[in-house]
Amino acid sequence: MQKQRGSTKAVTSATQSVRSSMTSTPFTRALEHLGADQLVEYYRQMMLIRRFEEKCQEMYTRSKIGGFLHLYVGEEATGVGAISNLQPQDHVFTHYRDHGHAIARGLDINPLMAELFGKDTGCSRGMGGSMHFADITKNFWGGYAIVGSHLLLADGVALQCQMQKTNGVVMVFFGDGATNGGEFYESLNFAQLWKLPVVFVCENNLFAMGTPLEVHSSVTEIHRKANAFDMKSMRIDGNDLLGVREQVGEAVAYARSGKGPVLVEAMTYRFRGHSAQDTQKYRTKEDVEKHRSADPLEAYRKLLVEEEICPASRLDAIDVQIDAEVDASVEFADNSPVPGNEWLTDAGIYAAPLETLTVDPTLV
Amino acid sequence: MAILTVREALQQALHEAMQDERVFIIGEDIGHYGSTYGVTAGFLEKYGPERIRDAPIAEAGILGLATGAAMAGMRPIAEIMSVNFSLLAFDIIINHAAKIYSMFGGKFSVPLVMRTTNGWTQLSATHSQSFDAMFAYIPGLKVVAPATPADMKGMFRAAMADPDPVIFIEHTLMYGIKGEVPDGDYVVPIGKSVLAREGRHITVVTYSRMVHLSLQAAELLAQEGIEVEVVDLRTLRPLDMSIALESFKKTNHAVVVTEDWQSYGTSAEIATRLYEAGFDYLDAPIQRVNFREVPMPYAKNLEMQVVVTTERIVAAIKKVLNRS
Ligand SMILES: Cc1ncc(C[n+]2csc(CCOP(=O)(O)OP(=O)(O)O)c2C)c(N)n1
Ligand SMILES: [Mg+2]
Repeated sequence: MQKQRGSTKAVTSATQSVRSSMTSTPFTRALEHLGADQLVEYYRQMMLIRRFEEKCQEMYTRSKIGGFLHLYVGEEATGVGAISNLQPQDHVFTHYRDHGHAIARGLDINPLMAELFGKDTGCSRGMGGSMHFADITKNFWGGYAIVGSHLLLADGVALQCQMQKTNGVVMVFFGDGATNGGEFYESLNFAQLWKLPVVFVCENNLFAMGTPLEVHSSVTEIHRKANAFDMKSMRIDGNDLLGVREQVGEAVAYARSGKGPVLVEAMTYRFRGHSAQDTQKYRTKEDVEKHRSADPLEAYRKLLVEEEICPASRLDAIDVQIDAEVDASVEFADNSPVPGNEWLTDAGIYAAPLETLTVDPTLV
Repeated sequence: MAILTVREALQQALHEAMQDERVFIIGEDIGHYGSTYGVTAGFLEKYGPERIRDAPIAEAGILGLATGAAMAGMRPIAEIMSVNFSLLAFDIIINHAAKIYSMFGGKFSVPLVMRTTNGWTQLSATHSQSFDAMFAYIPGLKVVAPATPADMKGMFRAAMADPDPVIFIEHTLMYGIKGEVPDGDYVVPIGKSVLAREGRHITVVTYSRMVHLSLQAAELLAQEGIEVEVVDLRTLRPLDMSIALESFKKTNHAVVVTEDWQSYGTSAEIATRLYEAGFDYLDAPIQRVNFREVPMPYAKNLEMQVVVTTERIVAAIKKVLNRS
């Protein structure tokens, strides 16, 4: 797909030489359409996710964070690239591995760290924890911890977009393991049947917890599961940020045009364990090292430097700035109050608590 | 004041709800088929397929889409033809609809109404169950099971106005029951029980179709000079025991009648509440009348021994009053 547009004011002088010296690629097209600053912004987002999560791991080890902690490290290019296509009126649903999607959608990291610390200032008031980040002011409907079922909620929001003609698109993230359960198939059928504006993004990281793809799924090319519903689908390299951006962009445009949903299978890899407690017996250190050497964040950084989009020194400065932001989020979380006991009454359970109490306040 | 059947009262309430553009109905065979129990008959013709959405046989999907749409500002009514099929949607109902408000820190809620039916008529093991206790067990759900046409209409209005997920339990054997329905837009609030009949000797605590059988039992016993007070709980969660307890303190005797299995069922909770808060007023052990605890048999002679009958209610009352 070769789109030739007139020069936009986003194009900087640095782009001219690159464009003339290269054939058209996702990179040259992104540069032309978005400009260098936006390309650097994607780097910032990926690095913010990376550093935020490394800090999460540290805080987990120090018992500041409890419960499950599923890190997105290694998969950042998929979330950042895919979500970069969304408009404010669009919606995001995701699973328990939700930190990356939340940050890519622009959620402030202070309430995120506070949520992990179980604080009242958390994005979900300390009621959800790592798996349940949400912010409806950004139409980020949250992370859900029951594998597969949030796909149906995403269809429901898409139905609202369609019925109320909001021009919104719903993007929903899930893993390869989620494509074997019934709710996945129900959600695909409903979406295709009713032409709902949904972009299903399957992050195929080759494992469902510790079960390898070929052990858990009869069809290992997940995108082909859409064929049963006559649904448009694609398999993409989830580690190539600009490729993800462009291809998922096509899927978003397709869904927005009213033609129906798209299933995107993004091939990626998680560098850390399934959750913080994982001993990773199901894969070798060499496997992980092999993938780490193709770290999408490092690759993207290299691209920016080599193509002279941004000098390494400026990227280093961004890294330093991010470290300061992440440290500040820890301080914010540390200094925040814990949620009050009203969450243990009907007032914390119902939007409209009734006079007749469910929770007996006199209960010992 | 008009005399309407439960079905007609519900139809009026649903038509009224459809006046709100955000409302749509999603369920199996609600449109083209003409509605399994006739409640939404004619709705497809009147409101069109956009708002009367015949859904695939995919219960999780029906509840899942309704939950998502509710979160985003619609006011869906999800119909699950028979409560037995709701088991396929329990994940969505319990893990999502009931949790979303508190789990995300109260930032958004799920204004969803799920209509479904209890009931039996030689439908055997998988089509004759009640899961009232399973819904009512879940903090985050509101669970109502009205008994009269007036309450059906008034509580449906309350359910539609409520920002939380409401499980609205109907009964296949009640659609033809008639009763007076007030004019105007009265609302019967969720979480408020009511006295269905006054009496001074014994309190029967019940809800849904069992209200009608308990009233029949009271009528029979009145001829023997036994005055039975009948309390209709109307809502199972949150459970309003105030009227039942007031009555119990007066009569000092109680029978709990519910159309579900006894062990761990709704009657276990209701009787416990009476014991906990009314122990000092107790003159005899509380009796419970429920389904016998077996998968429902098909054969009529056996089925009739499993279900609650007026005779069984009468016998239980006499036992508590020591009047066999
Ligand atoms: C219905 C359900 N079954 C099992 C689990 C436990 N569980 C949590 S994550 C997971 C693996 C999911 O793998 P995948 O969908 O590939 O996502 P990934 O974690 O790899 O991103 C399992 C089995 C669950 N949360 N929900
Ligand atoms: Mg996986």
